[in-house]
Amino acid sequence: MTDGPKYAIEMRGVTKRFGALVANDRVNLAVAPGSIHAIIGENGAGKSTAMNILYGFYKADQGQILIDGEVRSIEGPSDAIKLGLGMVHQHFMLVDTLTVTENIILGAEPLSGMAIDFAKARARVLDLSNQYGLQVDPDARVGRLSVGQQQRVEILKTLYRGARILILDEPTAVLTPQEVAELFSILRGLREQGKTIIIITHKLAEVLALSGNITVMRDGKVIGGLATKDATASELARMMVGREVLLRVEKREAEPRSPTLSVQCVSLKNPDGGVALYDVSFTVREGEILAIAGVEGNGQTELIEVLAGLRRPDSGEVRLDGRNITPLGPHERKSLGVAHIPEDRRRRGLLLDFDLAENSILGLHSDRPVSGAFLLNKQFITARAERLVKDYDVRPPDIKLAARGFSGGNQQKLIIGREFDSKPKLILAAQPTRGVDIGAIEFIHRKIIELRDAGAAVVVVSAELEEVLSLGDRVIVMFGGRIVGEVDPKTVTEEELGLMMTGG
Amino acid sequence: MKGLISSLKLPLIAVTAAFLVGGVIVWLVGDDPFFVYELFFTSAFKGAEGIGYTLFYATPLIFTGLAVAVAFKCGLLNIGAEGQLIVAAFATAWVGLMLPGWPTLIVVVLAMLAAIVVGGVWSGVPGVLKAKFGAHEVITTIMMNFIAFGIVSYLTQYHYRKPGDAILETYPIAEVKGGVVTGTHLPRMHALLAPFGVSFPEHIPLNLSFLLAIGVCVIVYVFLWKTKWGYELRAVGASPTAAEYGGISTSKNIVIAMVISGMLAGGVGINEVLGYRYRYYDGFSPQYGFTGIAVALLGRNHPAGVVLAAILFGALQRSALFINIFTDKVSKDWVVILQAVIILFVACEEIFKFRSRRLKVAAE
Repeated sequence: MTDGPKYAIEMRGVTKRFGALVANDRVNLAVAPGSIHAIIGENGAGKSTAMNILYGFYKADQGQILIDGEVRSIEGPSDAIKLGLGMVHQHFMLVDTLTVTENIILGAEPLSGMAIDFAKARARVLDLSNQYGLQVDPDARVGRLSVGQQQRVEILKTLYRGARILILDEPTAVLTPQEVAELFSILRGLREQGKTIIIITHKLAEVLALSGNITVMRDGKVIGGLATKDATASELARMMVGREVLLRVEKREAEPRSPTLSVQCVSLKNPDGGVALYDVSFTVREGEILAIAGVEGNGQTELIEVLAGLRRPDSGEVRLDGRNITPLGPHERKSLGVAHIPEDRRRRGLLLDFDLAENSILGLHSDRPVSGAFLLNKQFITARAERLVKDYDVRPPDIKLAARGFSGGNQQKLIIGREFDSKPKLILAAQPTRGVDIGAIEFIHRKIIELRDAGAAVVVVSAELEEVLSLGDRVIVMFGGRIVGEVDPKTVTEEELGLMMTGG
Repeated sequence: MKGLISSLKLPLIAVTAAFLVGGVIVWLVGDDPFFVYELFFTSAFKGAEGIGYTLFYATPLIFTGLAVAVAFKCGLLNIGAEGQLIVAAFATAWVGLMLPGWPTLIVVVLAMLAAIVVGGVWSGVPGVLKAKFGAHEVITTIMMNFIAFGIVSYLTQYHYRKPGDAILETYPIAEVKGGVVTGTHLPRMHALLAPFGVSFPEHIPLNLSFLLAIGVCVIVYVFLWKTKWGYELRAVGASPTAAEYGGISTSKNIVIAMVISGMLAGGVGINEVLGYRYRYYDGFSPQYGFTGIAVALLGRNHPAGVVLAAILFGALQRSALFINIFTDKVSKDWVVILQAVIILFVACEEIFKFRSRRLKVAAE
């Protein structure tokens, strides 16, 4: 590396304003070629803005961008691609109904005459996938692939276009632990073959495991840069949040009392006939947290939907305080004290185009005092929404703003406020901290534990092993729609748990 | 207030841009744009004559615009307002024909109810088909349009047409003699204003239906934004999955939204039959149902916006005749072009918004 330019990418004093908001304030960044460089920071810290400027989505108001030591002007993604940049977005940009090869060549199709040369394209995709260890079937329809495989398609897409510098935005947010491990080995392989990688994330353990250098951002500014070998998780968290953060969940020993939820022999078939749940039985008592571990897609989603009343089991019973609630719908269950934090907050949990006040009554909208005989009680709704926003620290605290405009963490805080405010006796929390920043994770965990201590029964589903083990008083493991065992979170190792989760 | 201004901004830009394009078209065919626009404004807005006719033409568009808007708020595209208003208009006349000798007030009320109920039922069918079987409402409402045209023409032609009448229309339900109307009808504006000492030209067909339409706008507004039922309906439109999570039945609300939509479209029948022609006249609607889609689009699916957009389209319709007669080279089709260009610009804005949202999603 001695004769090449010192940095593959350099940003010098890059500033970007959106109206009054300074999203990037004199951002400096230098990434050595052939390295993995992590940019960390909470939601809204300006990481994505900086990367979008690099990739040409936004134009910087001030500052310079240097690629391989030369000042470049990047007017759009096509310029960025020409300069050897490739970006893998958090939300994949793939066409589900096309094959892997078709997706990869989309917009850069090799031609023979007027026709697309599919044979050539396919061969090239296979070459790339072998060269970089990105195993994926070039003829599979993208919609049928797992999330991890779709991500490989996205990476292949950038490599196909000749990317030397890869930017990955929150690449692990949607992956299972196994997929994360595979992704990391792929990224290390790419680095060995000389690619430069920038990864945006807020998961500290991953940063420490993968990267060589770290840049920390907060409030649009670069707070500092350091080599990963000199960094510790608590130091990084403090830099990101600007204060000391509890990385471990602090909770007292659970004091479980009588059973609140009892699930008996619940089975459910998917519309396509596959087994979603098979003979699932368990009990959750007042004052305890039951965590469900499992690789995503092994029945956890369906189980929570059955418990919330969104799906009817084909057989079996769900009992709340001894009462059979199996035939009840979501609204009746909510009235009985069931709170539900849905896994997919953008599709299920929120009406994105409705404002916060309107979102704060979803599910309660037909009950007194939210609604009278005819009219919604605007005064009550406003006062309650204002209080929730304050108590649950939703920012910005403007109840007239559409939910779409809030960060993931603040959307989640609103949902939690709405669900927890009525002092539920049973809490169903599916992926409660997914895509949420560190400060908010701490807050959400604390709220869940507060309600447990007040006597609620809690069911937590999480893809994060750390969350399962730290939050759960008891942990059960799901695989293939069945419960394959229960473990003691205090003594089990991540390896043992990982093995159970994969059916070993 | 800020929200109001920002929501008015883009439709106003679209209309202004369309008027500029319309001017260029006039200029291209070799006429004077300023004269055409002067003609437009004086014919549509000058004096009781202009305003009266403009509001009369706006009345059915308010009903159909609202119909499309309510369905849209539930995520449905009601293309069938045309069929719904035709069956409703026929039903209105039919009630009048079936109850000769009944007290006028009772027949009028029953006829209005018939318009609303029949419109609602006609639109409820696609609603149920969508809720139960997932049949797409665009397809089913269009098919229901053809069924409506056929049935109503048949009934008019073979069962309710005065023998020897050259026009395809039913027997009348009210008679006009010397400017005085007797029989099943709604009072016209001149009769409504007379007790207050305001004189209004007798020949202008603007009638009580216009005030009903405005009243219905207020009701629709309150329903959609102030009641729990409106909240549910809009929630289903905004996100069926989130609505389901909130314990809201999507299928129930789809049926409700379609029925309300058809009832609103049925209002056109009241204006046409009880307020204007006092009979069912086959082919009376110059595609009010389809123009209603444009009105809802331009009015941003809000009742107040629908009224403003309906008045604009009503004004265009009113001025078409004058532009046709008093210009050398511009025909009344110019108005249709202008309407089309307005829609194009409104749609462009949606495309623009869609693009910027996509870019934002990409950026996130």
